[in-house]
Amino acid sequence: MALQSLDIAARSATTTPSPSARQGFEVAKLIDISKCIGCKACQVACMEWNDLRDEVGINHGVYDNPMDLTDQSWTVMRFSEVEPNGHLEWLIRKDGCMHCADPGCLKACPAPGAIVKYGNGIVDFNQEHCIGCGYCITGCPFNIPRIAQKDGKAYKCTLCSDRVAVGLEPACVKTCPTGAITYGAKDDMVQHAAIRVRDLNERGFAQAGLYDPPGVGGTHVMYVLQHADQPGLYANLPQDPQIDPLVSVWKGITKPLAIAAFAAVSLAGLFHYITKGPNEVSKETEKEVE
Amino acid sequence: MTNHWVDIKNTDLVLIMGGNAAEAHPCGFKWVTEAKAHRKARLIVVDPRFTRSAAVADYYAPIRAGSDIAFLGGLINYLLSNDKIHHQYVRDYTDMSYLVKDEFTFTDGIFSGYDPDKRKYDKATWGYQMGEDGYVKTDPSLQDPRCVYQLLKAHYARYTPELVERICGTPQDAFLKVAGMIAETAAPDRTMTVMYALGWTQHSQGSQMIRTGAMVQLLLGNIGVAGGGMNALRGHSNIQGLTDLGLLSNLLPGYMTLPGEAEKDFQAYLTKRSPKPLRPGQLSYWQNYPKFFVSTMKAWYGDAATPENNWCYDWLPKLDKTHDILQVFEDMNNGKMNGYFCQGFNPLASAPCKIKLSGALAKLKYLVVIDPLATETSEFWQNHGEFNDVDPTQIQTEVFRLPSSCFAEEDGSLVNSTRWLQWHWKGAEPPGEALNDQEIIAGIFLKLKAMYKKDGGAFPDPVLNLTWKHKQPTHPAPEELAKEFSGRALKDVTDPKDPAKVLVKAGEQLNGFAELRDDGSTACGCWIFAGAWSEKGNLMARRDNADPYGIGQNLNWSYAWPANRRVLYNRASCDADGAPFDPSRKLVGWDAAAGKWTGSDIPDFKADSAPADGMGPFIMNPEGVARFFARDMMAEGPFPEHYEPMESPLANNPMHPDNPLARANPAARVFKGDWESFGSPAEFPYVATTYRLTEHFHTWSKHVRLNAIVQPEQFVEIGEELAAAKGITAGDHVRVRSKRGFIVAVAVVTKRLKTLTIDGRSVHTVGIPIHWGFKGVARNGYITNTLTPFVGDANTQTPEFKAFLVDIEKLPTRLQAKA
Amino acid sequence: MQRDPRDLIRYTPSERLNHWIVGISFILLGLSGLALFHPAFWPFTLLFGGGTWTRIIHPYLGVLMALAYVVMLIRFTRLNLMTATDWQWIRRVREMVDGDDHNMPEQGKYNGGQKILFWLLFWCMLLLILSGIPLWRTWFSFPVEWVRLAAVVHSGSAAVMIGLIMVHVYAAIWTKGTIRAMWYGTVTRAWAKQHHRAWYKEATKEG
Repeated sequence: MALQSLDIAARSATTTPSPSARQGFEVAKLIDISKCIGCKACQVACMEWNDLRDEVGINHGVYDNPMDLTDQSWTVMRFSEVEPNGHLEWLIRKDGCMHCADPGCLKACPAPGAIVKYGNGIVDFNQEHCIGCGYCITGCPFNIPRIAQKDGKAYKCTLCSDRVAVGLEPACVKTCPTGAITYGAKDDMVQHAAIRVRDLNERGFAQAGLYDPPGVGGTHVMYVLQHADQPGLYANLPQDPQIDPLVSVWKGITKPLAIAAFAAVSLAGLFHYITKGPNEVSKETEKEVE
Repeated sequence: MTNHWVDIKNTDLVLIMGGNAAEAHPCGFKWVTEAKAHRKARLIVVDPRFTRSAAVADYYAPIRAGSDIAFLGGLINYLLSNDKIHHQYVRDYTDMSYLVKDEFTFTDGIFSGYDPDKRKYDKATWGYQMGEDGYVKTDPSLQDPRCVYQLLKAHYARYTPELVERICGTPQDAFLKVAGMIAETAAPDRTMTVMYALGWTQHSQGSQMIRTGAMVQLLLGNIGVAGGGMNALRGHSNIQGLTDLGLLSNLLPGYMTLPGEAEKDFQAYLTKRSPKPLRPGQLSYWQNYPKFFVSTMKAWYGDAATPENNWCYDWLPKLDKTHDILQVFEDMNNGKMNGYFCQGFNPLASAPCKIKLSGALAKLKYLVVIDPLATETSEFWQNHGEFNDVDPTQIQTEVFRLPSSCFAEEDGSLVNSTRWLQWHWKGAEPPGEALNDQEIIAGIFLKLKAMYKKDGGAFPDPVLNLTWKHKQPTHPAPEELAKEFSGRALKDVTDPKDPAKVLVKAGEQLNGFAELRDDGSTACGCWIFAGAWSEKGNLMARRDNADPYGIGQNLNWSYAWPANRRVLYNRASCDADGAPFDPSRKLVGWDAAAGKWTGSDIPDFKADSAPADGMGPFIMNPEGVARFFARDMMAEGPFPEHYEPMESPLANNPMHPDNPLARANPAARVFKGDWESFGSPAEFPYVATTYRLTEHFHTWSKHVRLNAIVQPEQFVEIGEELAAAKGITAGDHVRVRSKRGFIVAVAVVTKRLKTLTIDGRSVHTVGIPIHWGFKGVARNGYITNTLTPFVGDANTQTPEFKAFLVDIEKLPTRLQAKA
Repeated sequence: MQRDPRDLIRYTPSERLNHWIVGISFILLGLSGLALFHPAFWPFTLLFGGGTWTRIIHPYLGVLMALAYVVMLIRFTRLNLMTATDWQWIRRVREMVDGDDHNMPEQGKYNGGQKILFWLLFWCMLLLILSGIPLWRTWFSFPVEWVRLAAVVHSGSAAVMIGLIMVHVYAAIWTKGTIRAMWYGTVTRAWAKQHHRAWYKEATKEG
């Protein structure tokens, strides 16, 4: 839900500036995978705060459940058993919207105002403006938004924009028992991550690092990874995510080119008509057929 | 817990063994992450499975389920033979120098005094050599071959790293790595905390596993210090309160014990429980037992309890034996019981061997279930298809279901693992006809009382005279009950040193158990809770999280028993002179100027006893020190010894291959007929272990949609090798069988369960979560305890849920479980 | 107007109906597609009952157009096969555009330009239909990489096709006496003789 109290940095399918007089600061959620115990309290907190209830599914032979994001599950834990250095590690990643600084969903969205990026960095869907086309899914480098069967609208993590707007932390952050999820000003979170990375370095994770991928301008949900050099270990977290070049072409150059072409053809026709006149049947031919 | 949740942040090393704190105690586990973040603490997990705790551990070592004593015995041997012990601590605060009777022996796995027919020990030889002065003989040089140190050393010398590997399947390098990390905490300024739970208690030798852990901690000087301790993680928000209030069959409130059937004499009963000090200058605090006992009886019977009638001692039941859950169902199964009250308990799912339980319940005339939920137990008679395939026409038991409120629908106190009595306030009214438990019990009691009054009866006195001074007799208020267990003065209580000085006026709430008297002038329902509701008000309701010393000693948050003390044995955090071993984590210390012990905690000590007086820090023990040699207090011996689980993949105990008596716990109670219900490795080759998942709480939360969403369906876990051998892939349905029945579940195939090499052969483990049943909103499933054996720990009779034998097979098609 | 019985029949009613089904659905598709393509055209959604209806209706119109187009394809493909004369015509197209058709080769029912347009439209139509399928999330679920490619192909080919249709429409407007062929099916003999002399000869031989 859009909250008028927040300033808007970007708005889908809108070519003029959006209201942005208020000066805020960027926020971020930092998920420290080295502290995550996979308890799924964040999944439950998300469902409770947002009044969502997914299906009672089945077990698929893994700990993951629900197996994937849905319109009712805006975050899920993804469990990966890997042996990067010969030692077994059980990496558990909380998956959900990354709130990109350069959001592919917003870029792709055709409905004015259905997706907004607030000044604080939160990328939010306004479902009452959503037309259900699914372009946001096409645009997202992280495969996050999901269309509901029930109403045909796209849903995803809001970073609890409603809570944040009134000075609360997101529900998942509030509930996380180990402090694996923290929230605050993005600058502070980056600093906190640096401390965590040093701790992990000292524990033998030489490649520990912060996941704040520059390809999407950075994100407002970031990870501390034990193996920042191999994000793919974490249930295929993209190595270098960016808005797909095809999406950039689709939502970039194609638009002005097409409009220019339409204008050119229209004007060419007009000028042709007024310079050359209509192509009429000649008098001679008319006489011939009489 | 000897220490408390917040204190875990003070540690340097966390050992999680016999538990899975991250999975089962995620909120408490935050203090482990605090210790890691702020003290660079390391976390070691030793477990049959690579658990969610292991996922965030610095080091994980695998172990075969049920072999923990071998591992811990190996640690004791490692510490002793590498001289990695806290010398000062061990010398001053333990029984290492005590001399043991010459008759005490240990031969091929069996201690002296064993009667193989009764499967019981005569413990007469399990004691100290006593001097003529009435005190234990000691040898401070520790050279006497009969001193505890020498006996201990000899006992555990057999537990070499090779043996640990052979029995536990823990590779030697892994064991030595763990041992090395643990040994570092022998330094006075380093501590380790041990977090354990049902992974230690639910074995036929569970109590001894815990004891072995405690012995390791004593050697390292880690008991009574900040960031140390033996920390039992309770599996239920108020299970600590349950034991505190004496709800086990042989207990009275505050860990007093019921008399046995031979104990007809009141004075003898008291004397036995009020031991004189075994060494000079020791406090032996249980000498105050008569004060606790009399105050309890005054709380129960008021004016009817008089010195003349021994405070109604004769009204107490005299036990023939313990009537633990296994004994009760054994008796029920033998047709010796007519009725059974089941309050907040779902035994059909929570006790072992469902087929026996179900048969036993069917022999009852009536069953009363008091519970907020429609439990499996309350519908044991109903056919629920494959999950509960019974014939209701053959079951005559009349079942009464009395809906009760749940914890969030009532005010009251809960006692957590940390011994904090925390008051809570109701969040909602109970639905429908549900009543609070005390209202239900009050209704039954008042009805019974009226019937006794009207009709008389064989023995009406204890019922007719029970104190019931509630403003609304049918609705005893939680506040009234809390005040009752905290205690009040019936007459003015005066200072023993100055009889003119009145400490508490008649009718006022007591400040603590030091004010209890054995002359009937005080009433206290549970002496260890005394002071929780004093004249200052309800101290359990305090929520001040001020931390003046910066080490998490929030003394104004709720109320910790005993005496609001947060770390037990905290005197042991100081050297003999009363100076803290580690001043940066000071709990208490001797303040010579003030002439008393002061610090961040309430001293667990006689507050004005100067170090020079030589009083030991373990004031509840008549020795004044901690015991490595448990005397006659354990069923199976003074020193823990490795025995195989009752169902083991090994034919013999590798420690004693030629002595079948020492294969499994020789003192474990096995009922007649149950021997046949134990499976052999030939038929059931795989080690099974049961456990909880974060997503669920016992068999409650499957009634909750949110929990069902995040973990909807019953599963079992197997390693990749076993899966390959059995042609099982993740997501297949499998049947898991024990000698006692089978369950069907989805297979989770994982790298996290490794095949172990035990005594030269490969042993696979099958992991089985417990949470499913045939009621609730999650997908229905089989009751896991269909599989488990009907045998318990020799001391506590806690069932052996953690190690038994099964077979597993793939089912041809995925069954369609009903939602 | 009173039609001359000597007029030549260029399109049967069924052909006209077919054309206009394709034409109208194309216009609606173009309007709704453009609405989703660029914010400047968003107001077109109002024609369809709002953004969500636009999203819902667009692919169904696509199905309608595709079906009608297949019929049209069957009807007209043979007539649009390129011949040597057509290529000759194409080579002189500049004169034609300049308004001087005296030297243009004799044309059959369709001239080279029309045929080229026919085939360009054919390819556009094919791409639009194929790329439209992955974009229709209500019924189909394709890997996101395919969807992204489809989105580019769909919008690109749509833009090209809109341009081509503009040319098609303009040509009809520019060449007086043409539009009536699609309104009521006939053209004057003079029109036929001037613009499609070969066809004229063929049509009048029998008539």
